[in-house]
This record gives sequence, structure tokens and C-alpha cells, in this order.
Amino acid sequence: MKLFRNDEAFKLDVLREVGNIGAGNAATALSTLLNKPVDMAVPTVNLLPFEAIAERVGGSEAVVIAIFLRVEGDAPGNMFFIISREQARRLLRDLLGFSAGENEEYSELELSALNEIGNILAGSYLSSLADFTGLRMSPTVPSLAVDMAGAILSYGLLQFGTMGDDALLIETTFLEGQQEAEGHFFLIPDPESFEKLFRALGVPI
Amino acid sequence: MAEGILIKVGMADLNIADGGAVLKTTGLGSCVGLTLFDPELRIGGMAHIMLPSSDIAREGQLNIAKYADTAVPELVRRLQSKGASLHRMVAKMAGGAQMFAFMGGTDTMRIGPRNVEATKHELDRFSIRLLSEDTGGNYGRTVELYSHNGIFLIRSVQHGVKEI
Repeated sequence: MKLFRNDEAFKLDVLREVGNIGAGNAATALSTLLNKPVDMAVPTVNLLPFEAIAERVGGSEAVVIAIFLRVEGDAPGNMFFIISREQARRLLRDLLGFSAGENEEYSELELSALNEIGNILAGSYLSSLADFTGLRMSPTVPSLAVDMAGAILSYGLLQFGTMGDDALLIETTFLEGQQEAEGHFFLIPDPESFEKLFRALGVPI
Repeated sequence: MAEGILIKVGMADLNIADGGAVLKTTGLGSCVGLTLFDPELRIGGMAHIMLPSSDIAREGQLNIAKYADTAVPELVRRLQSKGASLHRMVAKMAGGAQMFAFMGGTDTMRIGPRNVEATKHELDRFSIRLLSEDTGGNYGRTVELYSHNGIFLIRSVQHGVKEI
């Protein structure tokens, strides 16, 4: 599938910068919440086959915690904040001092705290993006799921599904100190949103 | 004998198996995992259906495994080409969940139930009997079809393993 008629490399660079700005602000928000430095990797922008997208977080059957929200407004899309169960435990411990038990079930309070973290991060990601582009972009109420990565992510691929078997993913990973990726941020703009993003940023279409 | 061989069916993909091979698709959320089975020939097929109707397709080269209205006829055709008979075929299916709950619920958000409805409609059109199903809910599923006996296994994070 070819998404852009021309200047593909340049357009991917622009989208990488979009990820940089959004996730940069989200990382700052997370760092403030945790009261410790949070780094992020340089965002990657890839047109990936559906199958490959779940591979980014451990494979289709890997159990992850995902906060999903729909981006509404001028440039709609889907957004996921994805962390592993261990990372979630660590977040809860660092943030709230929960000495999370090793049992599989999360309490209502833990789930609600994770949902709120996702909400804050996604909100800061989107508001910086909206400021930068001058586009109206607002998040829906976030929804949390603890389930297989494939089942969760396929929900964000439906808009691309009618066009082909690939989706364009703006991905940023958070790192805390030397630790492995603390979390993944996926922004999957609807196919129609790219033109609006480029127009808003003065990129010739 | 293909016994023990695992054939993976990807998202928006379909395949058939015989000789004891196992068909498997992972991480079904709103997608539907449909299987057809001919018990006499012990041959089965599986489709990982993502969307209800190819009417909404805007892709140049249509992926017929992706839509209920194109995947079912193709699966039937593939099985028939191996000698399976339409009147012996039976169906089992799982998936079609609503992974996230939202207020308002646009059409996209209802995609799971719509995939289930569209798949059933296609089965009716071919007069294929739906033996059993495990659809709906708000959780993901991984499914397997055993081509030597037609057993359909469903795994999920919250509910363990189930056989239908």
C-alpha cells in the first residue's frame, strides 16, 4: 500500500516530529507524576502489516495493559498507551506506593489509577499536538483493557482495514533510567487525517 | 500425515487443513474466527474476518479473506476444491467481542457484533449449519481447529480454555 503520492521520506520525517512533540510532552507529564526522570526513544514511523503491529509489544497473544482512546476533531485517529503487567505494577508502586501483590487480578483502584495515568499522558500528547498544528484534537474518555495485544490493537486498525493490510503507526517508547521500555505510545491517525496534518504543518500534499 | 502441524492464519487471512493438521489464529478481538469442517473428509478451513462487508472496501486489490461476505464464499470454494461437500460442512465460530466500552457507540465501536451478524448471514446463504459459537463479550480469544475431529478450542486470558 502506498499512502503518500510523493515526498514519502520527508512526510515520514514530519510524522516522526509529530510523535516527538506529542510524546515529549507526555514524557514530561509522566516524569512529573513519578517525580523522576523519564526518557523516551526517538519515535519511529512505519507503515506496518497488521500482523507486525502486535509484534511491537510482544506478539499477538502477549497479555498487555492498554489504555485506548479515540482522537476526535479535525484529524481523528486512535491512540494506545501500552504497558506490560510488570511495568504496570512498577508504575503503581512508584506512583502510589501500592505494594502490588503478585496475584493476577488488579483491584478496581489499581485499574482506575492506570486509566488515569493513560488519560494524563494521552491528554498531554494530544494537547501539544493540537497547539503545534493548530488543529482541534480532543481525546474521548479512555478505556482500559488487560488482554491479548492482537485483540486490543486490531481495534485501532479498522479504519486502515478498508484500505489495505497495513497501517501507519507513530510509535514512541518510554524509558525509565536504564530500564527497558516502560511503555509504548501508538498513534494511528485515520487515513484521511494525514492530509489535514500535512496541510496544517505547511507540507505540500 | 500432517498430524501435529500447526498452520497459522493471520489477521484478515484464511487457510485450509487436513491430515490432522491444526489451524490457529491468535488475538481475535472484534474480528471473527470462522471455521468450516467436513467431518467425512476430515478437512477444515479457517478465516480471520476483520470487517463485515466488502462494500466499504476502498483498497485497490481486495483482500477477500478480510470481509465476511467474501471470506465465506472463498473458504467454501477452497474446501470444495479439495473434495469437501457443501451439504456436509458445519461451522463453528468465535470472536466478535467489543473490546472497549464507549458511550454513544458509533458503528465502528459495534464492529464485533456486526462481524458476527454478517458471518451468520453468509452461512445462511450457503445453508451451512452453525454448530456452536462463542462470540461477543469484551475479551480477546485465540482459537484452534483440529482437522482430524473438528474440535474447536478457544483460549482467553480471563476464561482459560474452552472446547466447543
